[in-house]
Amino acid sequence: MNSHLHLWLIPALPFAGFLMNGMLGRRLPKALVSTVALGFPLASFLVVVRAAFIFLSLKPQPIPWLITYAPWINAGPLHVDFSLALDQLSLVMLLIITGVGFLIHIYSVGYMAHEDGYWRYFSYLNLFLFFMTVLVLAENYLLMFVGWEGVGLASYLLIGFYFDRKSAADAGRKAFVVNRIGDFGFLLGMFLLLSQFGSLSFFHIGSGLAANPALQGGILTAISLCLLLGAVGKSAQIPLYIWLPDAMEGPTPVSALIHAATMVTAGVYMIARTHTIFDRSPFALAVVAIIGAATAFFAATVALVQTDIKRVLAYSTISQLGYMFLGCGVAAYSAAIFHLMTHAFFKALLFLAAGSVIHGLGGEQDLRKMGGLRKHLPVTFWTMTAGVVAIAGIWPLAGFFSKDAILYEAFQHGALGKSLYFVGLVTALLTSFYMFRLWYLTFMGESRATNHDHPPHESPWSMLTPLVILAALSICGGWIGIERFGDFLSPVVGPVLDPAQQSGGKSLDIALSAIAVVVALIGWYVARLFYNTKNDRPAKLATSASGVYTLLSHKYWIDEIYSNAIVKPLTLASRYILGWIGEGLIIRGSAWLLAGIATLLGELVRRWQSGNLRSYSGWLAAGAAALLLFAVVGVVLGIGGVDLRMVWAGH
Amino acid sequence: MDFHTVPTSWYLILSALLFSLGVIGFLIKRSLITVFMSIELMLNAVNLSFVTFAHEWHAVKGQIFVFFVMMVAAAEAAVGLAIIIAIFRARATLNVDQIDLMKL
Repeated sequence: MNSHLHLWLIPALPFAGFLMNGMLGRRLPKALVSTVALGFPLASFLVVVRAAFIFLSLKPQPIPWLITYAPWINAGPLHVDFSLALDQLSLVMLLIITGVGFLIHIYSVGYMAHEDGYWRYFSYLNLFLFFMTVLVLAENYLLMFVGWEGVGLASYLLIGFYFDRKSAADAGRKAFVVNRIGDFGFLLGMFLLLSQFGSLSFFHIGSGLAANPALQGGILTAISLCLLLGAVGKSAQIPLYIWLPDAMEGPTPVSALIHAATMVTAGVYMIARTHTIFDRSPFALAVVAIIGAATAFFAATVALVQTDIKRVLAYSTISQLGYMFLGCGVAAYSAAIFHLMTHAFFKALLFLAAGSVIHGLGGEQDLRKMGGLRKHLPVTFWTMTAGVVAIAGIWPLAGFFSKDAILYEAFQHGALGKSLYFVGLVTALLTSFYMFRLWYLTFMGESRATNHDHPPHESPWSMLTPLVILAALSICGGWIGIERFGDFLSPVVGPVLDPAQQSGGKSLDIALSAIAVVVALIGWYVARLFYNTKNDRPAKLATSASGVYTLLSHKYWIDEIYSNAIVKPLTLASRYILGWIGEGLIIRGSAWLLAGIATLLGELVRRWQSGNLRSYSGWLAAGAAALLLFAVVGVVLGIGGVDLRMVWAGH
Repeated sequence: MDFHTVPTSWYLILSALLFSLGVIGFLIKRSLITVFMSIELMLNAVNLSFVTFAHEWHAVKGQIFVFFVMMVAAAEAAVGLAIIIAIFRARATLNVDQIDLMKL
């Protein structure tokens, strides 16, 4: 009865775009490829907007709006359907995915204009939108898992878009393998859910939980931790964050869409979607919060010293995702989703603006070779300023509201929450510092470019329009306020804390906000002190704390540690144990054995095929004699056969 | 026992002897013509046993089979002799040991 929402169109349209560009794009003219690539996501976005209007106008309807299209798996007690659900949470996600996604598609037309494989790029991008919308629309874990794996695939394909560059191919593979570790946890979680509830539907599991209020901890902790492993892999949290910085090998709009705004937030979405399970397990929630706060702080420290503009943003993304996990971990799901939304705006903006800078400099990504671009790239400068101020958390831009909401809820969440609040606050200081550092190094001061072949030029309007729109969203996106946003989401993820009814009241909320803004301004001031004009303060600090500086610039040697502790032993084990014993001895040995037996038998049997007529006839006669003998022997032994004595008896 | 008639078993022994002679001739002779004649000998040995049993059991089916066998043997002789002539023209020999192109 709800079919007039046409939910299936939302994933189907980008998929159609993927098929058209993927199969025919090589032969189509570029303009047509762009039309297909932009048209289908736009249509999908319009369907989402239409669904949103219908959904909001029918407010008293029970949620979620569940539409089952077809049964999928019917095996004994296991029933899984192709069913989609629309509720407030998936609506917010869909608006972000298709809206920001469409803007990034527009941007890509300008950014990728001169690249080979234009059609391939857009077919992958549409494929990504297909899987991502499936992920958020799915009504059961298995269909969600399809989207989950699919976005991983699209991410792999797009990271490795420049597959002729070894580093890009390696980065794609790394992302895929690390994500597989998380997916393993997701799968285990699904098996546990199936054994506990006998269903994979969100609705059935939710009602199963509601019917059994005594079910706490235990199996639910195990399920939560397994799902958390999946979320940690997808959302690049400690200990599985290592793939995201390398994922910057992909084209910059991909980094904006997949590795900042949408795909990496799938883990946060998943935790919010399954929050009823997490709510029953305080231990799992505490783990989520600690992982989130630790990742936020850790990634922010690494971002302080990175010199590649995209790597700074990558670590910043990891750090901001840590904030979202922190929000989830203190059961402030709507605050986490709020931050997810504002982050999608300003981080997509920052990546696209960084892409515009890189484009304007002819591919230069090193912050040390930028500087003084303010005059050359005015639109990029102003939009990026909005993004930087927003992420730094300065009132009244979007990042302030969402980050403040998370920090406030953390502060109200017991002793653990209070200590994590301080981690978050320090991270906010670091965030403000490294973002303004990036901003000063890129746009202020004198140009430090070493390559003067490409005088900096502003990007075309196809790239600047999305920047302007995203800048407007980064400025205004937070004005809706956590209270209204939380009220909207509360049917799905539960109510937000009302400051007026908490200890400390409204004044505590305002005080915490003020502290956050002051901290952000301090970060700005320090960055200004260090990087506004050319001076030796950064170098002096680096030498005076050389140990810390080396540690940070090598990213805590985590990649090296993982490589030596996990990757190399695995490679060696597969080469020597599996390679020699497994492949060499067992596989190759058995293959040779079988082949040897066949050859030997063939050598013996081929002697029969002499081609000599008399040898054939000899075998024929011998066979006839053997049959005759068999008949006679059969009679003699009394087990059948032809009794020849009958003939002698004269019958 | 009727002394005026030959016992059935004698016919069958004769048939078996003829058949064995045919087999032995088929196996040991090198000339293709002789091998061919041995096949005819085997066929006629079988014909003899057909007729014997037809007489023994007063059934006409055995006689009819003999006519079939004769007809097939005649056709086979025509085709077989044609092949033999073709082989002789091609290879100038009818020694079966030298006609061994069928092997690998």
